Amino acid sequence: MSLHAMAPDGHAPHAEYRPVFVGARRAELDTLLSRYPSKMAALLPALWILQEERGWVSPDGIEEVAQALELTPAYVNGVVTFYTMYHQHPVGRHFVQVCTTTPCNVCGAEDVVSAFLRETKCGELGVTSADGRFTVIEVECLGACGFATPVMVNETMIECVSVDSVKDLLAGLD
Amino acid sequence: MGYPHPSHSRETPVISKYFGDPEARTLAGWQKRGGYEVLKQALSTDPVEVQNVVKDSGLRGRGGAGFPTGVKWSFMKPDGKTHYLCINGDESEPGTFKDRELMRWTPHQLVEGAAVAAHAIYAETAYIYIRGEYTEPIARVSEAIREAYAAGILGANAMGSGKRVDVHVHKGAGAYICGEETALMNSLEGRRGNPRIKPPFPAVAGLFAQPTTINNVETVCAAIHVLRNGADWYKSLSSPTNPKSTGTKLFSVCGNVARPGNYEVGMGFPMKDFLWELCGGPPAGRAFKAIIPGGSSVPILTPEECEAAVMDYEGIQAAGSLLGSGGVICFDDSQDMVRQIARLARFYAHESCAQCTQCREGTAWTTKILERIRDGQGTMKDLDTLLEIADNMTGKTICVLSDSCATPVVSGLKKFRHEFEAKIPKNRSSVMIPSLSTAAA
Amino acid sequence: MTAPAAPANPGMVTLTIEGREVIVPPGTNLIEAAKTAGVLIPHYCYHPSLPVAGVCRMCLVEVEKFPKLTPACATTVGEGQIVHVHSAKAREARKGVLEFLLINHPLDCPICDQAGECELQDYTFAEGRKDSRYMEPKRFNPMEDFGGDVLYVPNRCILCTRCVRFMDVVAKESVLNVSERGDRAYIGKFEGADLTHAWASNVVDLCPVGALLSKDFLNKARAWELDRAASICPSCSQGCNVMLETRDNVVVRIRPRPNASVNQHFACDVGRLNYRWINRRDRLEYPQVRSSQGLVTTSWSEAVKAAASAITAAARVTVLVSPALSNEALYLLGRIASHVSATAVMTIARGPEAPLPGVKDLSLRAERAPNHTGAELFGFTDVISPTAGLGSNDLLIVADAAASVSAVPDGVRVIVIGTVLDDMLKGATIVALPVCNFAEEDGTFMNLRGRVQRFQQSKAPPAQVRPTYRVFGEVAAAIGAGSYPALASDVFATIVATVPAFAGMTYRTLGLQGAPATLPAGAAV
Repeated sequence: MSLHAMAPDGHAPHAEYRPVFVGARRAELDTLLSRYPSKMAALLPALWILQEERGWVSPDGIEEVAQALELTPAYVNGVVTFYTMYHQHPVGRHFVQVCTTTPCNVCGAEDVVSAFLRETKCGELGVTSADGRFTVIEVECLGACGFATPVMVNETMIECVSVDSVKDLLAGLD
Repeated sequence: MGYPHPSHSRETPVISKYFGDPEARTLAGWQKRGGYEVLKQALSTDPVEVQNVVKDSGLRGRGGAGFPTGVKWSFMKPDGKTHYLCINGDESEPGTFKDRELMRWTPHQLVEGAAVAAHAIYAETAYIYIRGEYTEPIARVSEAIREAYAAGILGANAMGSGKRVDVHVHKGAGAYICGEETALMNSLEGRRGNPRIKPPFPAVAGLFAQPTTINNVETVCAAIHVLRNGADWYKSLSSPTNPKSTGTKLFSVCGNVARPGNYEVGMGFPMKDFLWELCGGPPAGRAFKAIIPGGSSVPILTPEECEAAVMDYEGIQAAGSLLGSGGVICFDDSQDMVRQIARLARFYAHESCAQCTQCREGTAWTTKILERIRDGQGTMKDLDTLLEIADNMTGKTICVLSDSCATPVVSGLKKFRHEFEAKIPKNRSSVMIPSLSTAAA
Repeated sequence: MTAPAAPANPGMVTLTIEGREVIVPPGTNLIEAAKTAGVLIPHYCYHPSLPVAGVCRMCLVEVEKFPKLTPACATTVGEGQIVHVHSAKAREARKGVLEFLLINHPLDCPICDQAGECELQDYTFAEGRKDSRYMEPKRFNPMEDFGGDVLYVPNRCILCTRCVRFMDVVAKESVLNVSERGDRAYIGKFEGADLTHAWASNVVDLCPVGALLSKDFLNKARAWELDRAASICPSCSQGCNVMLETRDNVVVRIRPRPNASVNQHFACDVGRLNYRWINRRDRLEYPQVRSSQGLVTTSWSEAVKAAASAITAAARVTVLVSPALSNEALYLLGRIASHVSATAVMTIARGPEAPLPGVKDLSLRAERAPNHTGAELFGFTDVISPTAGLGSNDLLIVADAAASVSAVPDGVRVIVIGTVLDDMLKGATIVALPVCNFAEEDGTFMNLRGRVQRFQQSKAPPAQVRPTYRVFGEVAAAIGAGSYPALASDVFATIVATVPAFAGMTYRTLGLQGAPATLPAGAAV
């Protein structure tokens, strides 16, 4: 390996950026764009595509989205930070969101959170487990209050999770 | 119906009739149940006539504000401008999960309702804005739209009418405030979900600055049944004593209750029967302590106040609260009201869009004081301060998120003051400042 | 009661604000309407040059028959409205807003540059609470360098979003945003995209509190130590109206002064930061005349006499002027030049044009001189090489234009009338007359659109330095080119009397906003 392959801080240099909006993803974006009278309106869906592809909304991804929609990266970042579902940092392979808002809270949601933190070995909210499998966060109302405690694992909502069912639930995940 | 429980004999299932019936999800299944007949009929009817039937039915917006739907539609005139329909499927009010089931089980009901409403307001395009957490509802509605396009129900020549009707799903990304109509429009346009100053009202300049109508999912679902069976039929479903609240309403029930779920009853249904007969009362061995009848933003009621009410816009208002979105949150006697009100305040602090000063700062400050009281660090003076902050947060901002945070504090302090006082150490006048890390909102 | 009378002012709206009748055009908002009655409705997010946001909620007022308080910025006037700005209800609401704005504010006024010109201080002083009820830990975010000349102190930020709206709508380069939500929100930017727009520093002025600061001005002075004078930016031919701010006779800051016809509320970064030369210490301070001992200091009368005799004795005279001189100075130089049939020239420095897209006809102009239009009108021609072809028969008068001369050809004698005596000119100089720079005298410039605008003296000149118009008037008189008054306003009156473009103007009628000249056809637009 040549000396120049290492950045001065010892980290590997940034890999060449691979664009998200190519091939099928580009076609998907073009379909989205055809649905709205402004390019800006495709911003939320475009950010979803970015997150699906990269696992999080990365700064270079923001630049690509901004360019595709004729916006500035700062504008896009203002929007990204408004919405809690866009990950501003990489997260674990299974992103676990436990609702703890009042209707679930009265049904014991905070105990469910503790169970997840314990069983995933994340220890703390927002921290990714050492094996990279899990990140657990508390989330505000998931809109499934009658099914306390609802938990989202990535794109899947699981209803009626209890302290006792956490272990089994996790066992089914890779 | 009381999904996930079997339908109760005292329910009036109209829009919830097919909850739990997977066949109703498909286009074929929906058509077998009479689906898209109303749309076909409507497309060949003058929009004004459609508006008039809905006006006559007394159907009011089911999202929370209760504005008469037909009147709202009639604001839209054939003025040559591009009109838009927004369907509000953000359903973010804590305690509410009725639209979720409507979209999961009867996505074609929503697509048909959206298409009918679009026609009624001279719009060719409808956007169904669904909160990002609702992955299954998004998938179901998207599939229904795909089927409807494939069958020629939607598109350039909808059902052979020669009229264009486009319906698209727009996925939210996690923001309670996007359930506010103008915030939803901003979000749809690719902006931060900040509520807009009114005027201009959406009917004048809404989505993409064009005349826009925004309806709740439940509202447009109900509208197709109104059009199918007529205004008089719809009015016959509710208590004849109150002509201002007509038809049926889907109530979501959650919290400390034996049978949480969605129940569809005629407007004017007695709340006591609802809580005890349909929902089974509090969990075994417990008693109700408090009930929030219309989603977390409305005043908290005591069980006595609540049980004396009838379930319609006016009935719940008479009891001192609001029908809101129809989300009934039950608290049993094991709950610590200070803790739960603090948790509600934290929700609003988390969701404040940050525009208006009172909301941005007031929701966070209220939360900090409540959590300090919860942790045994409060003073009696804090209780007065909370009420004064609540007053400064009420009626002074662009939208009502700020008011919504103040509401449970004010009603909670009024009705459960003894619980707050019990947490305040005797003779405490000074406060131990918690560390920075524990205070971060 | 009689039927309501027809409106007394057709096409206008009549309403009552704080008991005063106000008549304004329809569509006016309540803040602007109140201004016409001399009533200030407190506000933060509203700014007349930006779109209405309606978010600070400070301008809540009581309008009779309205169900609740209404934001004055977002409420347009209605016929017969009765508006209460200082009712108990409105004051209580503002007191609440002020309390909310201060709970997380660091209250670090003693070390804040904004102190003394801070609207948070002012309104709190006027109607805020006397004590704080906030007992929780305060929010903290670190300071951030926004690039350009701008520093962001988020702890003082009230999120009025004026800066964001300016960059979005006026500069049309969205490099600022509101990031995050609720009380975690702050003004953000994207890593690597700085506030480098040529007009970015306007966000510092627009910020009503001490959240956006000029790095250049940081910790230089307290606002109450500054003396201020109305002036015109000399950095280009746009003619932006500015305020020169001095502390102890030193210019420390240039800020825009509103003029709807020229620069609205704005000034570019080049103009703001181009002031250090005004404070130069290596000034030409005394009149000097060449003798056998070289250049020696002499009296003004001797020096003027020496200059006059050199001019009248010369075979050929070239008058080279700076297009940054005032109309008053250039008029008199023009009289001198025509009296001796001199060649009248100037050079105009040029740089890249940098428009402010959101404002019509506002730009950092390529011509980096405040008065080339005036100079042209008074007969000076823009040339590339003003000394080309000069030789031992020539006298060159360099009127504050040393920068235009790269070398003095052999044999050319030079009269320097300027603020400094450049080394390169020194050897050829026979007379040197020290004059004020524009900050040290009164005068007028004509911008590229022919607008004549006054600037006022903002600092005292050093030593025996005299105003340009006085020195040129004396030289003109000494060579027999007429007699001229010694005050800028009187010189201007002379111009008005003789130059048709200035017809009808006086310093009084120009006021602080200026007036368009009547330019002859074919002259600058």
